[in-house]
Amino acid sequence: MRIPVSWLVEHLEFDETPTPEQLSDAFTRIGIEVEEVTPLGPVTGPIVAGRVMEIEELAEFKKPIRYVKVEVGPDQVNNVICGATNFVEGDTVVVALPGAVLPGDFTITARKTYGRTSEGMICAADELGIGDDHSGILVLPSGTAQPGDDAIELLDLTDTVIEVAPTPDRGYAFSVRGLAREIACALETPFGDPGGAEIPEAEGEVWPVHIEDRTGCSRFVARRVTGVDPTAPTPWWMRRRLMLAGIRSISLPVDITNYVMLELGQPLHAFDAAALQGGLVVRRATAGEKLTTLDDTVRELDPDDIVISDDSGVVSLAGVMGGASTEVRDESSDILLEAANWDPASIARTVRRHKLPSEAAKRFERTVDPALAPVALERAAKLLNHYGDGSIKPGRTDVGVPELPLPVSMPIDLPDRVAGVRYARGVTARRLGQIGCQVAVTTSDDGQTIVTAVPPTWRADLVQPADLVEEVLRLEGYDTIPSVLPPAPPGRGLSEQQRRRRTVWRALAENGFIEVKPFPFINPAVFDAFGLSADDVRRNAVGVLNPLEADKNVLATTLLPALLETLLRNLARGAKDVALYNIAQVTLPRTQQIPVPALGVDRAPTKAEIASLEAALPVQPLHVAGVLTGHRELAGWWGKGRQADWADAVEAARLVGQAYGVTLRVVASDLLPWHPGRCAELRVGDWPVGHAGELHPKVVEALGLPKRTVAFELDLDALPLDDHRPAPTVSAYPPVLLDVALVVDASVPVASVSEVLGGGAGELLEDIRLFDVYTGEQVGDGKRSLAYSLRFRAPDRTLTVEEATVARDAAVAAAAEAFGAALRS
Amino acid sequence: MSGANDPYDPKEVAALSPENLDAAVQKAREAFAAAIDLDALAAAKPGHLGDRSPVLLARREIGALPPKAKAEAGKRVNEAQSAVKTAFDERFAVLQVERDERVLREESVDVSLPWDRTPRGARHPITTLAERIGDVFVAMGYEIAEGPELETEWFNFDALNFGKDHPARSMQDTFYIAPENSSLVLRTHTSPVQARTLLDRELPVYVVCPGRTFRTDELDATHTPVFHQVEGLAVDKGLTMAHLKGTLDAFARAMFGENSTTRLRPSFFPFTEPSAEVDVWFPEKKGGAGWVEWGGCGMVNPNVLRACGVDPDVYSGFAFGMGLERTLQFRNGLPDMRDMVEGDVRFTQPFGTEA
Repeated sequence: MRIPVSWLVEHLEFDETPTPEQLSDAFTRIGIEVEEVTPLGPVTGPIVAGRVMEIEELAEFKKPIRYVKVEVGPDQVNNVICGATNFVEGDTVVVALPGAVLPGDFTITARKTYGRTSEGMICAADELGIGDDHSGILVLPSGTAQPGDDAIELLDLTDTVIEVAPTPDRGYAFSVRGLAREIACALETPFGDPGGAEIPEAEGEVWPVHIEDRTGCSRFVARRVTGVDPTAPTPWWMRRRLMLAGIRSISLPVDITNYVMLELGQPLHAFDAAALQGGLVVRRATAGEKLTTLDDTVRELDPDDIVISDDSGVVSLAGVMGGASTEVRDESSDILLEAANWDPASIARTVRRHKLPSEAAKRFERTVDPALAPVALERAAKLLNHYGDGSIKPGRTDVGVPELPLPVSMPIDLPDRVAGVRYARGVTARRLGQIGCQVAVTTSDDGQTIVTAVPPTWRADLVQPADLVEEVLRLEGYDTIPSVLPPAPPGRGLSEQQRRRRTVWRALAENGFIEVKPFPFINPAVFDAFGLSADDVRRNAVGVLNPLEADKNVLATTLLPALLETLLRNLARGAKDVALYNIAQVTLPRTQQIPVPALGVDRAPTKAEIASLEAALPVQPLHVAGVLTGHRELAGWWGKGRQADWADAVEAARLVGQAYGVTLRVVASDLLPWHPGRCAELRVGDWPVGHAGELHPKVVEALGLPKRTVAFELDLDALPLDDHRPAPTVSAYPPVLLDVALVVDASVPVASVSEVLGGGAGELLEDIRLFDVYTGEQVGDGKRSLAYSLRFRAPDRTLTVEEATVARDAAVAAAAEAFGAALRS
Repeated sequence: MSGANDPYDPKEVAALSPENLDAAVQKAREAFAAAIDLDALAAAKPGHLGDRSPVLLARREIGALPPKAKAEAGKRVNEAQSAVKTAFDERFAVLQVERDERVLREESVDVSLPWDRTPRGARHPITTLAERIGDVFVAMGYEIAEGPELETEWFNFDALNFGKDHPARSMQDTFYIAPENSSLVLRTHTSPVQARTLLDRELPVYVVCPGRTFRTDELDATHTPVFHQVEGLAVDKGLTMAHLKGTLDAFARAMFGENSTTRLRPSFFPFTEPSAEVDVWFPEKKGGAGWVEWGGCGMVNPNVLRACGVDPDVYSGFAFGMGLERTLQFRNGLPDMRDMVEGDVRFTQPFGTEA
């Protein structure tokens, strides 16, 4: 909310008026966020009121251009070029004469333009730094000024506008009244409440109103002003304040409703009483009902919307926007003013549903002072009477029951205990009184001093002791709270899982992978590029209702799509050798999605209720994935380097397992998007936990990836927290090294041969390592030779070659039995 | 050469004459000195120290001398042989040093050649920052709590005292999960972990929760729809706002140096009452030390404690939350938040495995 300082301090008494900076600091200190402090101007030099004497329309240009004779002082007439058309001869305007400097360091000079000499500029409001209205030039109400009057003084361009953003709990602070009261509390200065005015008695009702829906509307007040002069202009001071607050002047009645709303915080609505048909009914809309709102939009109403209807049907979307049929128009003279209290939650839903945020709704959503409606109406009616020459009808309609805040009690030292401060005696009661509470201090049966505060009508947010505590603390100042580090109990450090995850995170980085954090939103079309079948489980993704990018509307079930997109971005930016990884949750819907149970908050949910909440959530395991392309070992002056291949992906996946304390088994697999012949499934025991290998050439082509791009992805949460505690014994006796080459069918996986060979060698085997794979004529078609080096060692003696040879032969025999492996001669 | 029986004057055994022996030694010295390397020295060795070298040939003549002359001649030959040996050894030592030095010199390389055969990896700075914050609090006795990113509205809003239609709820710019009215959202903050922690753990609790959060902000230099927060929660008997301030100050010092501190400004969050914005004093702020908006905090709202089964008359607590991207942005002076999410390796690589 924007508010000029001159308006803010109108209801405050100061020995010395504080500077805008002091006011801004005061707001900040008590919790009203200040977004901007904007001094008007700076405007210097000759800027004067002028009277339009003669308008010459220059027709030869593409846009309307006027050559205007303006009287800018006694016997002084200037000719000025002007592109605006919202004024007529005789209007009073503001003219910046040559030598004037407008905001933005814009110096006015006499100049030739549009084939004429322009001796100054007729100003729009925003050009003078008043608000941001540039819809036309500023036309002052007649009689406001004489030609030649100093406009800087006239327009009060020495003012400063403070823009504040009160928190949503403080509805009262969306008004001059509320903000001035905050300043009064902060600076301890007297405050005259413009919302506390006495309201004169009224005779009877002024319009029949029936509240059908009492939850939607707790109070509805109406006042009627007749015989309003439809041509009466809004007084300059009011227009100025509205403009500075960022509200455009429309007509006297509308301006008055806006002005009173800004001043007091009570939104008002003005009906053209002549257009109303019969009594008003406040109710919920019925399905299928429609309303054409002020913005000439036909809106289909929801049965949850609160509406005001007359005999003709719905005439207003209550608290949000009025209807077009009963709108106050240029010729309206009979005006019915409405001030009501609407259910904040209903208003909030209507605003969301119809996407109709408004100044009025913003205040209703945050709760409007239930005592304010008649005061605000009185103020508005008087302004209409004064400036619009209308006569206020004697009656006032006031139906419904205002919802007043309930008393709140607390131990008087609760603020001290929450803050950790010993406040001076009487502080709590004094501060609560200052914000408008009626305060009573009593002693309870157990001898405690209790303070009971009846919150003022405008403080619907004060409902529990903690709310009162905050008031005391913020007004005393958070800067008075000391800094004390609490002694936390001894913690257990990181959990086993957290430690291992960290190791994985670090291990990949230390092995040349760069971590990226792409968004989890993906385009489901990527699954087509992956070639996934229609029933592939990864296609079953959770949808986002309001995605930022329309096509990226599901949550990742695999990290690869986003990772590959990031890879492509890097390649597009010129990178060649890229290894990326990402560790993030994926979202996997359950096979049967159960609805989220509705739970209250008045007590803790039971274990069963928590379980049902959990069961309604998709499973969200932590995955790790990586992609590689280009060189795994770079080329350089030393040689060619080495391109990343499927084995690098498998190695990285196994590295993850190792970092997690788990040995991953590798089994040949065939899962898209991987190459069917170059895809490894990683297993813990027999349990699959992920895949690694080269991507399918078709996928590579579809996504525009470099050939032979490789990738891996593992479910980190599927890795067991093995309580892996090695206790190695290290023999200092010499080893015996023996090599063996086996010829086996090429279809037999190396891992299987190694496993059997290792098992068959017995306990003397210390290490086994494959050092060569050979295929070719010498071993025959469909066969290959696997060359292993075996290291044998005894724990307690020097092993003889004979013993080692026996063990090796046993190993070969085992492989021969399992796979028909033959010793290569 | 003379036979043993030949009658001769010992003085005429020329080989044993001091002059000849001295000459042989001198020749040997010269020969060794002339050897330019170990190979040449080795080649020169037999001529002066070998069986047929002058000195050793002279030694053979000793037997023919009369007994009284033998001792004197033997001594003379020994001295000569020793002198040659010494000359050899000295030259050998010199040449060996020369050889070693030359070999090392010849093997020298330009060590400034780039040895970047394996590309360097790096962790994302957000990861490192999250770990670091975790470590700061673990050192204070806190534990690290976790929770799901796709969350029920009950945990994300209801349990945190967000009224069903309160503007605070719509101010969170929530991503909603299909289908319509699923009551599921992408968590808008890490605060649901507060409720999860209170429901899950024994009191007292002291936890921090770093995690990924989501709001429908368009990506620009200072906003990202997917970002990270760290949440802190302490619930115990007798906790006060002074304790909150003390904890934040300790946190600030750990992150921004010993001269850092925090400042609280009154604010509003549904799940804390009283609530505050936290500013941190950042000594290395661009353009000079100053206050920087850092996060939100407050005393846990009794309504939250009640919804989580904690008696607010017995326990009290505080909570705080900071954005990690924002922290990183001002701490490291990063101009554009988009760099943190786009995954350009040139952004991440300089952070290495620590930051």
